[in-house]
Amino acid sequence: MLARDRGAVAPALNLLDDTRPERRREALDLLEVLESDAPAPGARRIGVTGAPGAGKSTLLDAIVRNLRDQGRTVGIVAIDPSSRRTGGALLGDRVRVRAGAADPGVFFRSMASRERLGGLADATHASVTVLGVVFDYVFIETVGVGQSEADVEMVCDSLLFAAQPGAGDTLQFMKAGLMEIPDVFAVNKSDLGPPAERTRNELENALGMSERDAGWTPPVLAVSARDGTGIAELMATLDAHRQHLLDTDTLDARRRRGASAAVLDALERRYGGFGLDGIGGRAAAAERLNAAPEGAFNLLRKLSAEIEDRLRKG
Amino acid sequence: MSTPSDPKRDRPWVFRTYSGHSSAQASNALYRSNLGKGQTGLSVAFDLPTQTGYDSDHPLARGEVGKVGVPIGHIDDMQTLFENIPLDRMNTSMTINATAAWLLSLYVAVGERQGVDAKQLQGTTQNDLIKEYLSRGTYVFPPAPSMRLISDMVAYSVDEIPKWNPTNVCSYHLQEAGATPQQEIAYSMATAIAVLDAVRERSDIAAEQIPRIVGRISFFLNAGIRFVEEICKVRAMAELWDEITSQRYGVEEEKLRRFRYGVQVNSLGLTEAQPENNVIRIVLESLGVTLSKKARCRALQLPAWNEALGLPRPWDQQWSLRIQQILAYETDLLEFPDIFDGSTAIESKVNELIEGSRAELEKVLSMGGAVAAVENAYMKQRLVESHTQRVLAIESGELPVVGVNLYTESEPSLLADGGAQSILKVDASAEREQIERLEAFRAKRNGAEVEAALRNLKDVVASGGNIMPPSIRAAQSGVTTGEWAETLRGLFGEYRAPTGVVAGKAEGGSETTRSVRERVHALRKDLGRPLKILVGKPGLDGHSNGAEQIAVKARDVGMEVVYEGIRLTPEEIVHSARDEGVHVIGLSILSGSHGVLVKDVLELLRSEKLDGIPVVVGGIIPEEDAEALRAAGVRRVYTPKDFDLARIMGEIVDVVSESAAAA
Repeated sequence: MLARDRGAVAPALNLLDDTRPERRREALDLLEVLESDAPAPGARRIGVTGAPGAGKSTLLDAIVRNLRDQGRTVGIVAIDPSSRRTGGALLGDRVRVRAGAADPGVFFRSMASRERLGGLADATHASVTVLGVVFDYVFIETVGVGQSEADVEMVCDSLLFAAQPGAGDTLQFMKAGLMEIPDVFAVNKSDLGPPAERTRNELENALGMSERDAGWTPPVLAVSARDGTGIAELMATLDAHRQHLLDTDTLDARRRRGASAAVLDALERRYGGFGLDGIGGRAAAAERLNAAPEGAFNLLRKLSAEIEDRLRKG
Repeated sequence: MSTPSDPKRDRPWVFRTYSGHSSAQASNALYRSNLGKGQTGLSVAFDLPTQTGYDSDHPLARGEVGKVGVPIGHIDDMQTLFENIPLDRMNTSMTINATAAWLLSLYVAVGERQGVDAKQLQGTTQNDLIKEYLSRGTYVFPPAPSMRLISDMVAYSVDEIPKWNPTNVCSYHLQEAGATPQQEIAYSMATAIAVLDAVRERSDIAAEQIPRIVGRISFFLNAGIRFVEEICKVRAMAELWDEITSQRYGVEEEKLRRFRYGVQVNSLGLTEAQPENNVIRIVLESLGVTLSKKARCRALQLPAWNEALGLPRPWDQQWSLRIQQILAYETDLLEFPDIFDGSTAIESKVNELIEGSRAELEKVLSMGGAVAAVENAYMKQRLVESHTQRVLAIESGELPVVGVNLYTESEPSLLADGGAQSILKVDASAEREQIERLEAFRAKRNGAEVEAALRNLKDVVASGGNIMPPSIRAAQSGVTTGEWAETLRGLFGEYRAPTGVVAGKAEGGSETTRSVRERVHALRKDLGRPLKILVGKPGLDGHSNGAEQIAVKARDVGMEVVYEGIRLTPEEIVHSARDEGVHVIGLSILSGSHGVLVKDVLELLRSEKLDGIPVVVGGIIPEEDAEALRAAGVRRVYTPKDFDLARIMGEIVDVVSESAAAA
């Protein structure tokens, strides 16, 4: 894996998804090694979200083509909802992301959100970590339904929101108070002309009203995945956001926050709120994770042991 | 033999048989023999590489050359296809869509070689891309350039090839994809409107040309076994078309508002079990489109009784032609005025269909029309839903199909039990021989002329000119099908249509479905994660309805389904099986190229050390081929007689459990 061997990626992702106890331990070993030994910051991690029909997959397809033309390798995790009723899931995005359908420089893994309706799949963070060791860019694609924006922010360095022209979803998005999460906005289907321009203006106005981090005002770009207009500018904007994170020394903090959230989440799923209370509660655990010099995954085993110890002592 | 004619009777419709296979020469012999038997028009079936714009030696053409139709790579092939068939006296229907402009150009060029002026040519190019996105899957370009090509052909032919129907709006394939009559009516009307609106906006079309253009729009319908409803459906379409053409397009002349249509009766309802019953189905379905004089088809082509088994032989096709001849010449069908006028039962059903479809049509128009409703997947999702309902109804027995879910006991079939002998086998050497002919053609043509014609094609199309003149020149200059399409791919790009499976509602389903779901959930413990399946279609076959139903059902039994859509190479399938970490691969192939493509997938899996992933295959696969596939390592083979999807899912769970235990 550390040799950036593509062949090791698929088995590693299967392992991270495996819930059998002995495989879980192996998975944790792998994550610990990657956390301590893989060169940081590694791959660019970019989230792509937006309402259904906004053209996320076609946009991603255009981005992947652009990156492949420059010789960059790409790993993609796409998350689709599972059926509440049957547990099954249709992972359909594959059909539109066609760039590199048999290209070793592109890796595509679709995941079902399973019990977490609308959110990310359990293994998302870990999978992104693995892909980030092997590929130059990692994309995380989710359907934007509210909760997932907040979740996907935790696994990416930059969050791209794809909006479609003239759609009420943008308005819904603003109402839901989620405007402050994405780092870059792209109004897709700019080839439609005036409706795209109108949506772009609406978004810019709305952004002017919301509070943002110092030094970064999320740009709103007009792009067309269909004819490729604006894709190069979009990539340049994402680069600029990365540079902003590096300049302000916030990339590392953002990653750490994401890893901590993933670990906390894993602990909570396994031991519940009661378990977490045993080690001083969620907030205290978060603080320890954020401060941990050895990294969040390395601390996971220790925190698990502490909780189990507490639970045994009752 | 001369055709019987009687002045007291109406003239019969045109009799056709959808046919073509192996090579232009073999197909020409078949056409001439069919015409000799009293067939009155031709219906050309092209092979998939021709339909999707690839030369016979392209990697994607592997295994597909000459399979579902005739390979036409260049003008010499086209000339051979119509050898000794005078084009000025023939009515030719071509099932061709993405490459329609090219095949029509070849036809015009061959006419020239025969000394026939384009103004005398009669026939139809199917040329309806909307239904390709929704059902048939031989589209190539995105919707906008596809609509432009259609509108170019309409604009060109109105004066240059005036007896030609440049587009045949298809509701046929919508029914095959599971459409209800209302959906069939609404979506085909929406398609016709999309075409006519596009033509009307052209600067090179004058307002006074519009009525004539409207008069050349024809339809291609399906006729199912509920033949009384089908009669009503056609009458409803005729009324709606009259209304649309007069109100939306201001056509005053009654003749130009007439609903003109051809038919291929239903294949969806033909069964592999007790296949001899299909003949009765075909006869009844024919009645639906011939009984009512007001709504009688202009041309009819009938499938053969053994279509669900494989390719029909000349004798099978002859039998279907005889059905038409008996209907037209022996019965008194053509001696009456419309026999349904005044029937209140028919009238009320017609009105009900008109109301239902008008509402659905309004909905599509309010989204921006047929193109928008393809891009946002609305129509496709509705079709997948309807088809799912149909499959469930057959599974539960609510929709009776004799020999399938009712009266399944049978004496051995005296017709079908000849095994491999009861279908046509395409000669395995057809592909190699076609490639040899292509190479010989390339060697003898004038390279400079070809290059100039391709440059001209590119320049004219890029600058917004009409596709037809440069395509006709390319045809005359010796350009190949692959070169023509490649030039347009470079300009327009390629398209992947939405699959429609994603948004469908999950079905609770039957008891079998529920018990399979429990097993899928239980298996999660052994696998460590939920069962994940890859469903894909290798090769050029675009008939995705079956694969979509499998994908939806797999989701409904609790599997995680990666559905890859159509036109995949074996490399792409193996690549994503690995990246996606699936437990099983399901392949669907209806074009008859299963032998080559499935073996390629198995070999690649072995060389990538992924042969632990079991493979199951579904398609129109004769038993003898099924045995060969199983011997090569395929774990299960499914054919049209396996209608019970829940049972198939149960077997897939078996296969995955076995593989997990062996690992």
